[in-house]
Amino acid sequence: MTNPRTGARRRAIEGRGLAVMVGASALAGCIQIDTPDKPIEINLNINIRQEVVYRLDGDAKKLIEQNSEIF
Amino acid sequence: MRVKIGKPAGWALGAVAATAAVALLVPSAMAQRDPAYAAARSAGQIGEQPDGYLGFVTTPTPEVRALVQDLNIKRKATYTERAKATGSTVEQYAFTTGCNLIAKTAPGEKYQSPDGRWLTRDASAPVRDSRCP
Repeated sequence: MTNPRTGARRRAIEGRGLAVMVGASALAGCIQIDTPDKPIEINLNINIRQEVVYRLDGDAKKLIEQNSEIF
Repeated sequence: MRVKIGKPAGWALGAVAATAAVALLVPSAMAQRDPAYAAARSAGQIGEQPDGYLGFVTTPTPEVRALVQDLNIKRKATYTERAKATGSTVEQYAFTTGCNLIAKTAPGEKYQSPDGRWLTRDASAPVRDSRCP
C-alpha cells in the first residue's frame, strides 16, 4: 500500500533537487559561443555517394548527347 | 532554331524526341552550341565546374554572363527532370553529369578541379572528384 502523502513528499523532494540543479547551472555562468570569422560552408557533396554516381552515369551520358546545345 | 528534315528522318527524330520529350524539357536533339557560347568556351572565359554547371574563369562581359546563366538554368531544368525520373537528387544528378562534362572537355578548355582551381584541359586525363566513374 502506498501512502499518498509519502508520494507527494517524494515528488516535492525531487522538485527541489531539480531547482537546485537549475540554480547551479545558472550560477556557472553563460556558455559562450564564438562566432567563426570565416563563412560557414555547407558541403552538399556529402550527400553524393559514389554508388549513386555510378548508377546515374549512363543516364547522364544520354542526357548530354540529347541536349548537346546546353552542354 | 529550325532544321528542315525529310519525312522518314523526321519520323525517326520524332521517335527519339518523343522518348526524350518525356524526360527532357528541351527535346531538340542533335542541336549545336550557340556560337557565342562556343567562342567563350574555347577562349577559356568560362569552364565546366564539378557540380555540373558552367562557371566564369575570368570576369565575364554582360553578354557572356547572361549566356551562362541561361544555359545553367536550362541545365538545372534537365537535371531536375532526370533526377525525378531516376529517383535521385538534383545535386547527385548534376554532379554525375559534371563528371562526364569535365571528362569531355577538349584540350585548351577550362574546367574546375575538386579543390576549386581552374585548370586547362590538356591531353592527359582531367583532375576530377574521386567519386567520378
